Amino acid sequence: MFKKLAASAVAAVMLATGAFAAGGPGGHVENIDFSFDGPFGSYDQNQLQRGLQVYTEICAACHGLQYVPIRTLGDDGGPALPEDQVRAYAEFYEVFDPELDDFRTATENDHFPGSNLENAPDLTMMAKARAGFHGPYGLGINQLMKGMGGPEYITALLLGYTGEEKEEAGSVLYENTIFPGGWIAMAPPLYGEDVDYADGHANDLHHIAEDVSAFLMWTAEPKLVARKQAGFVGVVFLTILSVLLYLTNKRLWAPVKARYKKK
Amino acid sequence: MGGIPHDHYEPKAAWEKGLAKRLPIVGLMYDTLMIPTPKNLNWMWIWGIVLTFCLALQIITGIVLVMHYTPHVDLAFASVEHIMRNVNGGAMLRYIHMNGASLFFVAVYAHIFRGLYYGSYKAPREITWIIGMLIYLLMMGTAFMGYVLPWGQMSFWGATVITGLFGAIPFVGEALQTWLLGGPAVDNATLNRFFSLHYLLPFVIAGLVIVHIWAFHTTGNNNPTGVEVRRGSKEEAETDTLPSWPYFAIKELFALAVILLIFFAIVGSMPNYLGHPDNYIEANPLATPAHIVPEWYFLPFYAILRAFTADVWVVIIAETLTGGIIDAKFFGVVAMFGAIAVMALAPWLDTSSVRSGRYRPMRKWWFWLLVVDFFALMWLGAMPAEEPYATLSLIASAYWFAYFLVILPLLGVIEKPETPPATIEEDFAAHVGGGDAGAVPSSQPAE
Repeated sequence: MFKKLAASAVAAVMLATGAFAAGGPGGHVENIDFSFDGPFGSYDQNQLQRGLQVYTEICAACHGLQYVPIRTLGDDGGPALPEDQVRAYAEFYEVFDPELDDFRTATENDHFPGSNLENAPDLTMMAKARAGFHGPYGLGINQLMKGMGGPEYITALLLGYTGEEKEEAGSVLYENTIFPGGWIAMAPPLYGEDVDYADGHANDLHHIAEDVSAFLMWTAEPKLVARKQAGFVGVVFLTILSVLLYLTNKRLWAPVKARYKKK
Repeated sequence: MGGIPHDHYEPKAAWEKGLAKRLPIVGLMYDTLMIPTPKNLNWMWIWGIVLTFCLALQIITGIVLVMHYTPHVDLAFASVEHIMRNVNGGAMLRYIHMNGASLFFVAVYAHIFRGLYYGSYKAPREITWIIGMLIYLLMMGTAFMGYVLPWGQMSFWGATVITGLFGAIPFVGEALQTWLLGGPAVDNATLNRFFSLHYLLPFVIAGLVIVHIWAFHTTGNNNPTGVEVRRGSKEEAETDTLPSWPYFAIKELFALAVILLIFFAIVGSMPNYLGHPDNYIEANPLATPAHIVPEWYFLPFYAILRAFTADVWVVIIAETLTGGIIDAKFFGVVAMFGAIAVMALAPWLDTSSVRSGRYRPMRKWWFWLLVVDFFALMWLGAMPAEEPYATLSLIASAYWFAYFLVILPLLGVIEKPETPPATIEEDFAAHVGGGDAGAVPSSQPAE
């Protein structure tokens, strides 16, 4: 009976997914084993710091992260930069202060600046706003182990340039096998060895793309680690509560049922 | 409470007597908690407590979310991100509220189909059923408006498509749509009124839930046999029932704990599973998403809405007969609301003399086909509007209506039902004792 109940609840949730076929017509996105995948995954602090470096030196030229407070770079579970580094990092940026009616040097309490170019989207939520895959059979169940494929989509896009370009209505478009429609306005941003990592980590194209994708997953879901922990604690407590209530229920009904049991 | 005879609260201490004379609130609570409940309820009779819990959960998390949310088109999206990043426990709070809506609908669909299978809607429980349908409609309205509040792409375009349905109503449609939106298009006025109503409706639902419970506490619960509790005397009633507290309360709490366990596993590990990635892009009236898909719990009815296109013969007939007043779009809207209306009419469409589907050999099959049909419609609602999905949607929609309008009335005449057990106690004894319904110690006094 309990099985029936659990099965019906699980089946309802599984069959009921609303996000069937979320990925557009773009190309095939390969899964990457990121450290934050799966129910117990967490961010790799070093990878996030490398990704931050890629973002700062390359992406930030055009794109923004307008929803991310700079101070959160020091948060546990994220890049976890030391306090003085966060403060020093903030000084890279100039932000507009409506009170001064002028630009000033950013502090750690400011947000990252928004995009500099009108057609460069803000990247804060990019890793959650794209679904690279939704399998198997469009049910999305593999999200539990692999995620939705948002960071994988970003990596694939960064690696997806063919080198072809064309001019259309006065602007240059670059062929990209992942971008829906096949042509993207962003010039290939990464070629490999674009940045030098202080920790000596490999800086070929593949690794740089993965690092910046991981960093963008963190900007999209900064509380991922805390959330998984809270969920896990909830599951543990509810498991104990379920067992206790099961035993209570069994004991409670035993005398009632005993009266009808065959002698 | 009327109905089944049972013990009532007896105030003992002087202050209890004094309070009871002035406000019989303890007696009301006692009667509600100790309501005689059929012994043989199975595990499908647990969704009520899950639903009550969901309503409380949504109201409590919602009230806290409102403390940090800003209902303005320029600020709403950013304020949700503020909740996700800066509010203590905000990410968890929002994900619980977001997935809580889905749990609410999983439970309500299980609850409704339970009622459909065991004939819980049949006399004398029609009022309970109708109020339940009203609650379900309000839930859909509340969920729809709640989905607009984060002001993402799906919020905006979902609101545009759904409010557009009202524009399909002949003559008054356009004026009605403008009135609903507070302007010519979905904008700040729309966001604000949806916010206001999203806060108000849950309390209306809470009121209706009380009436819903009042109604079935008056008639008594249905049960898997559909046989009524014997209510000649208190002793007789006690052979068929047990007080809700503690017997059913503990059982239901156990079920709730197991369901919440699954719920927390999903919230913790894949909170965006039932959401749509496009809703993490801020609403942009100038960029239409490739697919506009409603939340999963609307998909079956969304499929019915889309099924009736201009080339379907019933639509052509309706259009010809009314001189074009009823066009395909309006027909779809009528079909969508009609699909819920026929369900609400089940008490009068079901002509069978037997209540429970357990003793109706033919209806059993039609019922399970309806369940399959429901999931098929849900799947079709998420598919693009093209072949073969269009034809399949039409077939699935047709079956939905056929079940209620043709099959239910006809089966009552054609079908030869099996004989249900004479009493609830007999069913319970057969279940507990392993199949032999003969050994009913009904003459023994209950201990």
